[in-house]
Amino acid sequence: MRLQYPGNIRIIRVPCTGKVDILHLLRAFEKGADGAYVVGCLEGDCRFDNGNLRARKRVEQAKEILDAIGIGGERVQMVNLSSGEGPKFAQVAMEMTEKIREAGPNPLKIVKEKNAA
Amino acid sequence: MIVAEKKPLEEIIEEVKDFNKILIAGCNECVTVCEAGGKKEVGILASALRMYFMNQGKKVQIEEITLERQCDHEYLEELRNSIDQYDAVVSLACGVGVQFMAEKYLTTPIFPGVNTCFMGVTEERGVWSERCQGCGQCILGKTAGICPISRCAKRLLNGPCGGSTKGKCEISKDLDCAWQLIIDRLKELGRLDDYEEIIPIKDWSTERAGGPRKVVREDVML
Amino acid sequence: MSAKTPSRLEKILDAGHMAVTSECGPPRGSDIEEVVEKAELIKNHVDAINITDNQTSVTRLCSLAACIRLKLMGLEPTLQMVTRDRNRIALQSDILGAAAFDIHNILCLSGDHQQFGDCPQGQNVFDLDSMQLIQTVKLMRDEGKFLGGDEINRPPRLFIGAAANPFADPFEIRVPRLAKKIAAGVEFIQTQCIYNLDKFELWMKNARDRGLHEKVYILAGVTPFKSAGMAKYMKNRVPGMDVPDDVVKRMSGVPKEKQAEEGIDICVESIQRLKEVEGVRGFHIMAIDWEEKVPEISERSGLFPRPKVE
Repeated sequence: MRLQYPGNIRIIRVPCTGKVDILHLLRAFEKGADGAYVVGCLEGDCRFDNGNLRARKRVEQAKEILDAIGIGGERVQMVNLSSGEGPKFAQVAMEMTEKIREAGPNPLKIVKEKNAA
Repeated sequence: MIVAEKKPLEEIIEEVKDFNKILIAGCNECVTVCEAGGKKEVGILASALRMYFMNQGKKVQIEEITLERQCDHEYLEELRNSIDQYDAVVSLACGVGVQFMAEKYLTTPIFPGVNTCFMGVTEERGVWSERCQGCGQCILGKTAGICPISRCAKRLLNGPCGGSTKGKCEISKDLDCAWQLIIDRLKELGRLDDYEEIIPIKDWSTERAGGPRKVVREDVML
Repeated sequence: MSAKTPSRLEKILDAGHMAVTSECGPPRGSDIEEVVEKAELIKNHVDAINITDNQTSVTRLCSLAACIRLKLMGLEPTLQMVTRDRNRIALQSDILGAAAFDIHNILCLSGDHQQFGDCPQGQNVFDLDSMQLIQTVKLMRDEGKFLGGDEINRPPRLFIGAAANPFADPFEIRVPRLAKKIAAGVEFIQTQCIYNLDKFELWMKNARDRGLHEKVYILAGVTPFKSAGMAKYMKNRVPGMDVPDDVVKRMSGVPKEKQAEEGIDICVESIQRLKEVEGVRGFHIMAIDWEEKVPEISERSGLFPRPKVE
């Protein structure tokens, strides 16, 4: 659709969000990502039956862990939309970026920069 | 199998916050099945701890390993050559494994990463429930395959008590009344008359009350 | 059935009279006079007074101490004993304690789970269940032996009682359960308080069909409602309690200041109806913290004065 969405987003494609493990999310933050969101099909429409439901549960778990260690659970989100909803995808991208901007950079990045200095 | 639950992250952090090189050791058996201490959980805990310490500005090295079991010598021996480099180990095995590791490696602090709960079954993914308390004298033949010691909140051998309501225990609507289950099953087996047989006073000496237990099989010892 | 013990309760039942018992809850402190006061209110209207044993798992002054106090006053106490808090050593020991003061009645119970009380984090014991406790008392009394086999010096002479709940689930084994307790050695039964008289009569009929009413003395339990709120609470929040809707409606249909009176009326009417049920050999009037009403209930039900026995 060639819609505009923020350039700070790195897209990682998966055959189904059910393939995304909690560890993938945690590792992303370990490596300095400021935010991560998992975009899956609308609930009830999953090609593989309930992959997107599993993904949601894992996102919830990741949130709890990120909160417990002081990184911030709001940095990870689950989003459901259909592959035809291009405009919504762009909108979500912008909303997510805004949210992460508000949350500030990943605290680990700051620590790493300090250590490197 | 033995069912355990992950300890809260805050508790584990509190246990290991003063160490600099930590090994997270999982177990490939029971705790893997109940999703508390297997390879996956080891990875998640390690990642979370790394990020926590980094955020605190502390340089801590966290490494991961998952052993086949932690209740047999041969698997714990696999750590013999590497364990001394760690200040501490968080074992995600059940209480048995944590202890066996501690008995083997006397100079390394071993911390538990899970709370060991009971011997039970997987009712469905994510739901595990208790079935056995290891009383040492199984009476399941008399009670139609349902154990009143582990499934009755009062471990009544001649139940049900007067609090049984609609098949549920008086202490919780989510708990089946073990004696209701026994009666139902006796009915299905055509053995409801057995209900009136008084089960005699139990010999608890083979249970925890008699002291820590041991099984010795001379016929298989080398 | 001829009286085996010096129990006044047993003698009255044995003589063919309707027996009346009631109960007092000990205080949550060491002022034993509180129990004495309650007992004084009812002593002329009952044949024996139960002292509850850490009822609902709330820690109270122990039943044994209160029973001894009443016995020393010349009253007839019934020691309630749950198996939740004591192992077999303590149970036998307390039985001897009761026997030492010539207490002649015991009610053998399992006990409410400690979750309901003030120590939900505590352990529970359940070394024995109520059935096995009945067997134990019988062994100690009739064979003069401890569970371990040794002889007892001056064995207890206890009239053995237990509870029955016709309203708990599953209904189909409630009479077999009564039969089981009789086989274990029970001699008198106090039932859970009755509001659903139809169901109780059905339970009694099933018991009679097996001849159980001739093997054990059944005392029907009754408790007067103080208020409509109490009726609703017991209906919805007490396990094993059966309070029919029309009884609750009757209590609610009366203005608040008249509800206590209505509760007593219902209680008296129940007793009148239950008197006619074959196999009912007496009543256990449970008016916890309302002991002052026991005399009125007893008199209006024609259960006063109490018969004299040797």
